[in-house]
Amino acid sequence: MTTTNPPDDHDDRLDRIADRNPSRLGVGRAGSRPRTQTLLEFRSDHGIARDAVQSHVSDALVEEMGLFAIQTLVEDKDAYLARPDKGREIAAETAELLREECQQSPQVQLIVADGLSSTAIEKNIPDLLPILLDGLDQRGLDVGTPIFVTYGRVDVMDAIGEELDAESCLVLIGERPGLATAESLSAYMVYGPERGTPTAKKTVISNIHAGGLPPVEAGAEIVDLIAEMCDKQASGLDLTAADREFAKG
Amino acid sequence: MVITSAIGRERTTFDSVTEVLAKANERKTGDELAGVAARSDAERVAAKDALSQLTLETLRENPVVPYEDDEVTRVIQDAVREPVYERIRDWTVGELREFLVDSTTTDEDISAIRPGLTSEMIAAVAKLMSDMDLVLVASKLTVTARCNNTIGEPGRLSFRLQPNDPGDDIENILDSTREGLAYGVGDAVIGVNPVTDNVATTTEILEATRGIIDEYEIPTQNCCLSHVTTQMDAIREGAPADLIFQSLAGTEAGNDEFGVDVAMLDEAYELGTRRCSSAGPNVMYFETGQGSELSGDAHHDVDQVTLEARCYGLAKRYDPFIVNTVVGFIGPEYLYDGKQVIRAGLEDVFMGKLHGISMGIDACYTNHIQADQNDIERLAMLLANAANYFITVPMGDDVMLNYQSNSYHDAASLWELHDLRPAAAFEEWLEEMGIMHEGRLTEKAGDPTLFAGG
Repeated sequence: MTTTNPPDDHDDRLDRIADRNPSRLGVGRAGSRPRTQTLLEFRSDHGIARDAVQSHVSDALVEEMGLFAIQTLVEDKDAYLARPDKGREIAAETAELLREECQQSPQVQLIVADGLSSTAIEKNIPDLLPILLDGLDQRGLDVGTPIFVTYGRVDVMDAIGEELDAESCLVLIGERPGLATAESLSAYMVYGPERGTPTAKKTVISNIHAGGLPPVEAGAEIVDLIAEMCDKQASGLDLTAADREFAKG
Repeated sequence: MVITSAIGRERTTFDSVTEVLAKANERKTGDELAGVAARSDAERVAAKDALSQLTLETLRENPVVPYEDDEVTRVIQDAVREPVYERIRDWTVGELREFLVDSTTTDEDISAIRPGLTSEMIAAVAKLMSDMDLVLVASKLTVTARCNNTIGEPGRLSFRLQPNDPGDDIENILDSTREGLAYGVGDAVIGVNPVTDNVATTTEILEATRGIIDEYEIPTQNCCLSHVTTQMDAIREGAPADLIFQSLAGTEAGNDEFGVDVAMLDEAYELGTRRCSSAGPNVMYFETGQGSELSGDAHHDVDQVTLEARCYGLAKRYDPFIVNTVVGFIGPEYLYDGKQVIRAGLEDVFMGKLHGISMGIDACYTNHIQADQNDIERLAMLLANAANYFITVPMGDDVMLNYQSNSYHDAASLWELHDLRPAAAFEEWLEEMGIMHEGRLTEKAGDPTLFAGG
């Protein structure tokens, strides 16, 4: 029943299995436990993922990118993880500050939020943001004051968009890190933002990072999508439905 | 209904059984997010005190979601065997706890009252129990079930082999299966979560896993964890499924979020008993987890422990082969850290086994929860004598679901630590394959090339 390969073939085959498989295979063991190096590599990958969740986006980056910085109702990282409801909302004073300091009624309100990975922001925003601003400008779209939100969830764009009377909103947010990468960013878009807009009315591009969808390519896709959203006055499932109408017509 | 407690410095009053149940919970972020948790530790203990004095009859008469409004409540209430209930209706929850932990109370004694219990009673007693109480009682309960092999026998601990792949690549899934088998895991089920939920992928995965089971005559069962309707379609078209899987919630509205209801589950069970490729009689597999009802806004202001117990009350209707809680998957807004995950894991396994179901656990965590591999290794060590099985993935890293669980390696460590063995028929097969000898891994073990292929 058992097929045992000749020794040379055996090592080749084990290498092939380990190389082609994204899971941690062919790792061997020490007694019933993992080998020391295997164990430490696993812990290292988890450490990188944890750090991405726990660390903060640097003030330097926010300043360099020219973002107007605000915070949600969340007071610290612990509360951020435990209270998604607070990460979607801003205080009345913050809303007033936004109305005083930021452009009202933009066609596109651009938001950067730390989300679950500040590493994703640090790694992708310097490349992605200039491409987006240029691209949207070339399409003749009026982009308001770009905003950075500390402790933000995706739906914070509904609150900000509503307060600033934005026609559409785009939030670039750090994804929950995996062990493979902590650098992955998502872009969520909504047309006609208002508090309580369901997820189904949002358009998303995810897996933006050097090893996934590179920021340069993602930037072009996002610009196209926002232009289409503003043109069709819809987002999410409504936008795909509008596409189908268009194809039929 | 006003319920009071005189424990501590001042008298505390509660307005309903549901409120007492919620506030009696150990601290969980999910109950706080739902706004049903105790506001202080003193109030938490007062609620436990009030709960300890309620009778089982009070709990039976006050289900957390009304009978008329919710089919899960109806399933639980209608399953109660009335003469058994009559014998225990006057017991308080505190008395039930003392009965369960008593060292003269045997597994048979507990089985004798089981048909009189509702999920709310079982949740209630869990709330009074310390961590050691939960492990002590769960460890003395034996619940066996049979599909192609038998799970849950004393002295045996089984494992699900979970060879997920982010691209549903069949050769990758099979290589991961080979590696897991070489570590001696897979006797609970070889169960794959597909990325793509359709009949073609489900069929392909079922055929591939059935292929290796047949080729090496492995005494185990396969399963593809797509939506129940997808599996039913695949089975009707002839796909070889040994088990039918579905995630469950503890309310009708919660199950609606999962796209299932009792009629659909009844149909799946009926199909499974006729068309599953296994020997049976137990052909169903369910997963659950505290907090899923709240995440779907289907919690009716009920706490997450009570709702989790109701999942088991529903699961029991289908005589499942295996049920496991996926305890740390849901995120820190429901279970904040390793402490809360461990508590929930102990509660879930205890409540599942007290329901009389073959209960296992996916001891796991995501990267945004305050936990690490040490927490779930600790949970596994606590439950090795209590749970029927654990989930295992390569080096603890599931690259498809993006979370961490126990490693293939952990199985042999747990057998060694607790003097346990795999399911009997599976152990015999591992001996024949030269992977295990007298309960220990052999020199050859851990090498996926023991099995022919790619």
